Amino acid sequence: MPVTNEEILHGLAQIVHEVAGIEKNEITPEKSFVDELDIDSLSMVEIAVQVEDYFGVKVPDDVLANLKTVGDAVDYVAKTT
Amino acid sequence: MTTEVVVTGLGATTPLGGDVASTWDALRAGKSGVVALTEDWVDRFDLPVRIAAKLAVDPTDSLPRVQARRWDRCEQVAMIAAREAWRHAGVPDVEPERLAVVIGTGIGGALTLLGQDDLLETAGMRKVSPLTIPMLMPNGPAAHVGLDLHARGGVHAPVAACASGAEALVIAWRMLRAGEVDVVVAGGAEACIVPITLAGFAQMRTMSTRNDEPERASRPFDIARDGFVLGEGAGVMVLERAEFAAARGAARHGRLAGVGTSSDGYHITGPEPEGIGAGRAISAALRTAGLDKADVGHVNAHATATSVGDVAEAAAIRAAVGDHAVVTAPKGALGHLIGAAGAVEGLACVLALRDGVVPPTLNLENPDPGVQLDVVTGSAREVRLRAAVNDSFGFGGHNVALAFTSA
Repeated sequence: MPVTNEEILHGLAQIVHEVAGIEKNEITPEKSFVDELDIDSLSMVEIAVQVEDYFGVKVPDDVLANLKTVGDAVDYVAKTT
Repeated sequence: MTTEVVVTGLGATTPLGGDVASTWDALRAGKSGVVALTEDWVDRFDLPVRIAAKLAVDPTDSLPRVQARRWDRCEQVAMIAAREAWRHAGVPDVEPERLAVVIGTGIGGALTLLGQDDLLETAGMRKVSPLTIPMLMPNGPAAHVGLDLHARGGVHAPVAACASGAEALVIAWRMLRAGEVDVVVAGGAEACIVPITLAGFAQMRTMSTRNDEPERASRPFDIARDGFVLGEGAGVMVLERAEFAAARGAARHGRLAGVGTSSDGYHITGPEPEGIGAGRAISAALRTAGLDKADVGHVNAHATATSVGDVAEAAAIRAAVGDHAVVTAPKGALGHLIGAAGAVEGLACVLALRDGVVPPTLNLENPDPGVQLDVVTGSAREVRLRAAVNDSFGFGGHNVALAFTSA
C-alpha cells in the first residue's frame, strides 16, 4: 500500500493517464481536474472507481464532488488509507 | 431550378479494406471478406453459424487509445469512415449551423451493452462504465461524428434495420433539397458480430451455415443460397448543395439525384414476395431524379442471399427498371453490413458510375430462375454508365432506393 504522497500521486497519475490519456508529467498537485486537465464528469467517475480499487479506499459521490484538484485527491487518499 | 445534391467525399471501413480505395479495389477484383470465426464462444454456444465478414482493419489500429476506449466499436467505425470522407471532401469550410450529420445503425452499441452487463453480473454496479449509455445508444455514431465536426445544423440517426444507412442518405438529400443546410455527412455504421445476434438471426433461419467454405457462403441470386453472412463496417458520404460545392471549388464524385422510400405493411421480417413495395421505392427514386427506366444502366442490389428476398427484389427491379440494367450484388463479397450496408453499397454505386465498372457478384454459379436479370459474375464488367440505383430493404418492411448519376 502506498504511504507517501509522492507514491499516491504516482498511482493517481497512472489512473488519470489510463482513463483520460493525459501525459503523466502534466498531472501535478495544483492542477484542477475539470478546468485544467479537461476531464469530464463521466471520466471522473471512472477515475474514482479505479482509485477505490487501487488504493483500497471508498470515494463516495459527495467526496468526489469536492475533489477539485489532483492535490485534493492525493490528500484524501493519504488521510483515508 | 431545384438544388442538386452532389457527392464530394467518400469514406469507409469494411471487411474488404480499411478505406474506400482498398474496399473498391477488392470489390472490383472479386475478393471475399468472409472468414471463419475463431472466437471461443462459437464452440461454447455451439452456434450453427461459424462465419462472418469481419473488418479488414481493426478500428483500434488507427484510433488514439483514449478515444477508442470511450467509443463503442460501432462508433469507432463511424468515426473512421466520417473522417476519411471529410478529408476526401477537402475539409469543407462550412458554418457549423449549416452542417448536419445523419448516420444510421441497425443495432447500435451491442458490444458495450453485452460487455457492461457482464461487468454488472460479475463485478457489480460500481464497475459499470459511466460511458455505458453514450456507447450503446444507437444515435452514438451520429452524435460522435457531429461532435468531431462541430456540426450544429442537426444530428440524426435513422434506425431502419438493414436500410438504416440508405435512409440516412435519404434524410440528408431531403435536408439539402429543402435548403436547411449546405453540407451533410451521412451514412451508416454497424459492429454487432456477437453470439446473441448470430444466434438470433440463426433462429430466424436467415443466415448461411456454409461454415466449411466461408468465401463461398454468401451467394446472392444463386439457386443454392442459404442466407446472409453477418458483416461489420461503416460507409459515409459528404453530400452538399451543388451551389455550395461549386462556390468552394469542391471536386464532385457523383450526384445523389433522387431518393425513394416505401413500406411493405406486410410482415415484421419477411419481405412482401412480389416486391411491390420495393418496386415503388425504386420508381419514386427515378421520379425524384427525373430519370426514365432506360437511363438506369446499373443496379446495385440489396440481395442478401435469403430465399424470398432475392427473388422479390429481382421482381421489383424488373418492374421498376427493366431487365436491361447491369446488376451486381455486393453482399457476395462484403457480407451483410446491416445498418452500414446501404451506405457502403451506395458508395460502390458512385464509384461504379465514376469508373464505368460494375464489380462481380461472388458465388453466383447457378442463377435462381426467378431472377431473370443481367447480373455480373466472374469478373468486373466495364460499362458506360449515366445513372445507377442502389436498393436497401430492412426488417420492418423498410424499402429505400437511391438514384445516383455521374458527376
